[in-house]
Amino acid sequence: MRLILSFLLALFLASCAGSQVRGTGDLGLIIERASGHVTLVDTTTRQPYARIGGLGDLSHASAVYSRDGRYAFVFGRDGGLTKIDMLEAKVVKRVIQSGNAIGGSISQDGRIVVVQNYTPGGIKAFDAETLELLSEVPAEYAPGKFSKVVGLADSSGNRFAYALFEGGEIWVSDFSNPRQPKTQRFPAGSQPYDGLVTPDGRYFLAGLFGEDGVAMLDLWQPDKGARKILENYGRGQEKLPVFKMPHLRGWSVAQGKAYLPAIGRHEVLVVDVATWKEVGRIPVRGQPVFVMARPDGRQVWVNFAFPDNGKMDVIDTLAGKVIHAFEPGKGILHMEFTPRGENVWLSARDDNKVLIYDTTTFTRIGEIAADNPSGIFFTTRAARIGF
Amino acid sequence: MFGNKLIFALFLVSTATGASEPDAERQKELVRLVRQDCGSCHGMTLQGGLGPALLPASLHDKPPEGLVATIYFGRPGTPMPPWKQFMSEAEAGWIVKKLMSGFPQ
Repeated sequence: MRLILSFLLALFLASCAGSQVRGTGDLGLIIERASGHVTLVDTTTRQPYARIGGLGDLSHASAVYSRDGRYAFVFGRDGGLTKIDMLEAKVVKRVIQSGNAIGGSISQDGRIVVVQNYTPGGIKAFDAETLELLSEVPAEYAPGKFSKVVGLADSSGNRFAYALFEGGEIWVSDFSNPRQPKTQRFPAGSQPYDGLVTPDGRYFLAGLFGEDGVAMLDLWQPDKGARKILENYGRGQEKLPVFKMPHLRGWSVAQGKAYLPAIGRHEVLVVDVATWKEVGRIPVRGQPVFVMARPDGRQVWVNFAFPDNGKMDVIDTLAGKVIHAFEPGKGILHMEFTPRGENVWLSARDDNKVLIYDTTTFTRIGEIAADNPSGIFFTTRAARIGF
Repeated sequence: MFGNKLIFALFLVSTATGASEPDAERQKELVRLVRQDCGSCHGMTLQGGLGPALLPASLHDKPPEGLVATIYFGRPGTPMPPWKQFMSEAEAGWIVKKLMSGFPQ
């Protein structure tokens, strides 16, 4: 018995040697889109601590986290799904699950990872532990016709909401029984291009490209169906060309108002979330791509589509206007706030850098080298609905 | 209207395949534009995304003049915008030629 104990003790000490116990709350990863790498970062030291390769085509890649923040699930464009251990800084498991994927999401209970696919169009559910395929829902909106899936978001009760680009519908799949999902369909409108769920998980919004407006479904009362909000926000005027589709996932809600990118207009739309009526619009310097609120909601940061993708505008939600406009670098693709928002990290693709700014003084306080950086994802997403 | 565009596009193709290739520096810029910015819809590897694949196999049965017109004027009713403010007609023709024969890295 004593022998066994001392053996176990030795094993324990050996496993501790060289690694120290630490939490995951201040960790994150940066997607290096062209080279198939991710760089793991620490937002307290503002330094990288590891780099992992072999993740395939990471253009338009995104990541979600297990609820303990230890594991990242990275969704690659080539259909690769990679599970990364943030503490051990290594790939735990990797599967190629489709030909062309666009992102994914994790269930409320953290047990199911769902991937949204363009080719073949639909969603697939995987066991978060093993990445074993549990079930799939092909986006066959008409006999033999499959749609690309956009805007996948997690909601309560292990339900996932998403939109069908060609199908023009919002679907809600309930994975209470992960091997036998049940799906409800709702007409949404022309060409939904992305979607989001509100921070409380109640409303799913799908931005429409083919018409002026946003489709909204109340996930607490789905049987009421989807309805249009912000209808005709373009007021029939001709759209400006859109050189990159906006992303809605960086959901911005502050002081009872939501801030959304307009399509084909250099404006951020302001919506009252009690009535879902437009209450204002803020002119900005390009086609907005990400419109993201600082965690406290005081500021909303906006980046832009080509050719204005070197610019950033910062809206003060109290003043209701842009209070800081600057050009931090070339090809600003994404941003991520530290957990309580004192810093924001910006990926400058064409400068091969991630830039770190103080959100109060707007001064640059650091930078990290990265090869064509795109998405930045911090572990705080683990605890947020819709991230 | 479309007829005019088609004739114009044919003219573009004929000029693009002529002597007026963009110089090496400009070619590099155009390659980057296609991979990075067209890539946000068509994929960096051009295998398709929200927009269709732009690989030789997916384009081979399409008339080049139509592709040039699509780049240059956009395609109304779809998310494809016109790129004419960022390139000349001849450069759009050069991009189509390269896309159809295998696009440089």
